[in-house]
Amino acid sequence: MGFFQELLHKSRMKSPWLIHFDCGSCNGCDIEVLACLTPVYDVERFGVLNIGNPKHADILVVSGTVNPRNAKVLKNIYDQMPEPKAVIAIGACGTSGGVFREAYNVLGGVDKVIPVDVYVPGCPSKPEAIIDGVVLALEKLKVRQPEKNTEPLVADLKKAREFYENREERQVTG
Amino acid sequence: MDFKTFSFVILAVILAPIAGGLLAGIDRRLTAWFQGRFGPPILQPFYDVIKLLGKDRQVVNYWQIFCVHIYLISAVLCVALFAMQADLLMIFFVMTIGAVFMVVGAMAVPSPYSQLGAQRELIQMLTYEPLLIIVFVGIYLVTGSFKIDDILTYERPIFLMLPLLYLVLTFALTIKLRKSPFDISTSHHAHQEVVRGVLTEYSGPYLAILEIAHWYEIVLILAICGLFWSTSWIGLVVLLALTYMAEIIIDNVTPRMTWKWMLTYVWAVGISLSFFNMALLYAKSL
Repeated sequence: MGFFQELLHKSRMKSPWLIHFDCGSCNGCDIEVLACLTPVYDVERFGVLNIGNPKHADILVVSGTVNPRNAKVLKNIYDQMPEPKAVIAIGACGTSGGVFREAYNVLGGVDKVIPVDVYVPGCPSKPEAIIDGVVLALEKLKVRQPEKNTEPLVADLKKAREFYENREERQVTG
Repeated sequence: MDFKTFSFVILAVILAPIAGGLLAGIDRRLTAWFQGRFGPPILQPFYDVIKLLGKDRQVVNYWQIFCVHIYLISAVLCVALFAMQADLLMIFFVMTIGAVFMVVGAMAVPSPYSQLGAQRELIQMLTYEPLLIIVFVGIYLVTGSFKIDDILTYERPIFLMLPLLYLVLTFALTIKLRKSPFDISTSHHAHQEVVRGVLTEYSGPYLAILEIAHWYEIVLILAICGLFWSTSWIGLVVLLALTYMAEIIIDNVTPRMTWKWMLTYVWAVGISLSFFNMALLYAKSL
């Protein structure tokens, strides 16, 4: 059994799939995140893919200060990701709200909404720093032993059905 | 079924996903080379699949689980039938069942991305299936049989008589490989088209099973391409290598088009090319 555990941990390190979400950033950090995918930095060498689907992703990369409206969306995306997962807060805004911390609409950092594993400071963060942050998050993912989902499948499906039926109350807009 | 065929089947079923995964890894490496960067290691698809198998299960609907397993069973069965050298038409129908079940699994979820991807996957199937039947009919007209063991006994490579039909088969190969310009429902390299198209709601171990089934299907379609030069091993390898290289180049050069363009272009060009090739066949025999 030890061999399969080792294989699984190695594969988790070698295949980090990212989803990037912008919580009201000026897009400076977002551009640096996307710059990591270009041939100059080329994170695909490490197996990193910018998968846009939270259900497929391991690492949530969040930039921007969070405001009350997109806090709901951020929590929604975080909940959709299956375990094991990690969160990286990028930039001064994601870390603590940056210079906008005192503004009336700003919650002040990603860790006010979801648990953050890695903070990458900078304004904007350098791509090298972002890559370092991803590697740190992978180290945390490797040692993480998430609680297995022990609920029986039928109860899980029933919850999913009720969640779908209550979608009107959860609507953010309109 | 004698021992030789049985051992072929077992070997094919075990080696096909390994070959498919290695091919996917080489694909990513070559694509990266064309784009001026290094790519992931060649074993990367295996790391992806193992990682996905270890993720938490999150399903919306038990239909998803059922459909994923049916898709895998149909893909494995197609490869096994090919190894048994069975009828090409039977392989075609089993392949269709698997693809339809993947669409049904995506449609069982009320997510708009999943529904859109599922409808587009159906249009893709509508596009390539008539052409695949025409290719099989062309093979029948040349070799006189739909069964693979009879086709393999034909003394000349079929490619020399059916070059235009091979082009039509590469349309079907492009659509099956999910490469541009026909990657309408979910793309191989563009990971964020319509969130993830038909694959949106599959996650974790079910996505891993879908990927393994996709590898089986790639090996199957490349094996059908390989029937076109079945007389010599070197010719076979060269033909398949050139075809796959052309697929990667076209993927990097073309954008992702609309479904209306795909349907009209592939049908128009495919049916015209088939018509010309059949006319050539009859002209030669006259």
